[in-house]
Amino acid sequence: MSSEQKILSTDGIPLEESLKQAEEKNKVKAFLLVTPLLLFLIITYIIPIADMFSRSIDDKMVTNMLPKTYKAMEQWDGKELPPEEVFEAFYLDYKILVENKTAGKLQTQLNYEKNGFKSVLKKLARKQKKFEEGNYKEQIMKVHKRWRNVDYWRAIKRRAPAYTYSKYLKGVDMYSNEEGKIVQVSEDRRIHRILWSRTLEVAFFVTLFCFLMAYPIAHLLATLPMKYSNLLMICVLLPFWTSLLVRTASWMILLQQQGLVNDFFVWIGLVADDNRPEMMYNKTGTYVAMTQILLPFMVLPLYSVMKTISPSLMRAGKSLGATPGVAFFKIYFPLTIPGIGAGCLLVFILAIGYYITPALVGGASGTLISNQIAYHMKSTLDWSFASAMGLMLLTGVLVIYWIYNKLVGVDNIKLG
Amino acid sequence: MALPKYTEPHYRIWHYFYLFVCGCVFFFLIAPLFVIFPLSFNAEEFLVFTDGMKRLDPDAFSTRWYEDMVYGTKNPWGLAAKNSFIIAIFATIGSIILGTLAALGLSSRHMPYKGLIMAILISPMIVPLIISGVAIFFFMAKAGLAATHLGIILAHIILGTPFVVITVTATLSGFDHSITRAASSLGSNPFNTFMKITLPLILPGVISGGLFAFVTSFDEVVVVLFLAGLDNTTIPVQMWTGLREQLSPTILAVATCLIVLSILILLTAELLRRRSERLRGINR
Repeated sequence: MSSEQKILSTDGIPLEESLKQAEEKNKVKAFLLVTPLLLFLIITYIIPIADMFSRSIDDKMVTNMLPKTYKAMEQWDGKELPPEEVFEAFYLDYKILVENKTAGKLQTQLNYEKNGFKSVLKKLARKQKKFEEGNYKEQIMKVHKRWRNVDYWRAIKRRAPAYTYSKYLKGVDMYSNEEGKIVQVSEDRRIHRILWSRTLEVAFFVTLFCFLMAYPIAHLLATLPMKYSNLLMICVLLPFWTSLLVRTASWMILLQQQGLVNDFFVWIGLVADDNRPEMMYNKTGTYVAMTQILLPFMVLPLYSVMKTISPSLMRAGKSLGATPGVAFFKIYFPLTIPGIGAGCLLVFILAIGYYITPALVGGASGTLISNQIAYHMKSTLDWSFASAMGLMLLTGVLVIYWIYNKLVGVDNIKLG
Repeated sequence: MALPKYTEPHYRIWHYFYLFVCGCVFFFLIAPLFVIFPLSFNAEEFLVFTDGMKRLDPDAFSTRWYEDMVYGTKNPWGLAAKNSFIIAIFATIGSIILGTLAALGLSSRHMPYKGLIMAILISPMIVPLIISGVAIFFFMAKAGLAATHLGIILAHIILGTPFVVITVTATLSGFDHSITRAASSLGSNPFNTFMKITLPLILPGVISGGLFAFVTSFDEVVVVLFLAGLDNTTIPVQMWTGLREQLSPTILAVATCLIVLSILILLTAELLRRRSERLRGINR
């Protein structure tokens, strides 16, 4: 349109501008509607998750306990024993800690860094009351001969930085040793790696079992006439709406040694009555219960995709000479892939962060990484470690989500 | 699903095998729920079917566990049920208000950064619960809301809103915006338009989102375990403690009540779904 012929709205403003203003207004309106929830979530949820990161790398505890020591240590190169100033600063810092009765924390923390540090420090706490002023280097070294060992001083120095990634290393059973190299913990203490791989394994197999069981019934539900399929749908929806704990409780009853499942196995002669297998408090229990609990999350997306597939497509394939098997794999199955993707993603992500069911029916060999996180949150109170592991888990979930989004597209997720 | 007469025998066999597999899966899904029901009427304290129960002997059944649930001394269930309902109702109201507003904004075609904002709004559904629990606990502890009803309600609003956002946006996707414009051009103010035109049409979506939010809150354990003090214990927390310590038949009585509740919710949700399908059919 040429500039002379600008269309004007009733109030004399060019229509284009007037429209732009209106659009701008609508934009602000739409944004204002979203703002309350957005702000609420950012404050109560997104920022706290980000805060978990700063918590997980925070290592100020030791730094704050020994302020003078670390200041004096700045000049020390760590090759030989530190100079008198460091000894003096350490003596002064430690004295305050002993007086405030917080020396125990330091002892524990430094013992992580160097084994045997605790007893050395305890002895110092007892003896240093009689210290005379001046020449602290001699006096401290007299208390215990290990103070002459430069390794102990290096251990203190290693804790100087206020930030650490050691919690993340611990999460994969590694630590940085006395020389500052990253090494694995001894083989019998590698518990976290077992938990990670078990979590992945359980999530993978639960997803697989769910898929194998959900596909046929979703197909049946989608192809049956409405009046039957609505009735059968209740079998899927009732567990879906039922409390997770109720369903876990029912599995605890079924799987116990005198439970119905074992009764059935005895009855058909699979196992002897006096040799009933333990099906709960191990991985079997976790698998069975989680599969049943997560199955509706696989059925529903599959069903909603399958319902949109016209049966005439399969008929056309068959009439063109395909056997039912070929028609299924060439026509029907590819069309259901969005549903498979959505179901598998949903189940896998739910399974990977599962907590309640493994904790109740999993026993020692069936617990997952989330149980470990909860354990550190509630029992050991090592919140920075719990945060670190939580973030590692979250990163995994986000990566899966991202891959899924690239492959299938997130828009396919549907609820019921 | 009758097979045509000309079906070859091996397909016939395959078909019956397929039906059998489906039957097994349906049984696997639904049967565990029905174990709880008879056992909650057990006269004995054991969680197995006694010989008397197998013979259907009336003496083997009793309602003592239900009496224990309601009247039992030092029983936590009354308080827990009260807390659960209070928390779930307020969390549902909060989720519905915040979620519906946000969904209205999101479904406007003028909304900037739609993808990013949607990702943030539904993130509580994607992030594993245990991580949400940890993060929310840190926030509530800092805000001084740990071990308060308000803290748990806010936490459940966080977890419940994604469902409302998703269901309402889905309902709005088939929404004809020209009718709200028609209302405006006839002189209705935006609030009136919303109450008289938009809300009645999206109501099924709002209610089913609200149902999701209610169930999420009512059934939520992980976050409450982190947040709850002694005064804010809920039914799921009590069940969790009970299941960890000792599986008593009283828990099964509670579980039966919960199953009845979920049947009611299921019926409501089904009715809503059908209604909304009908309405959408008219729109098209």
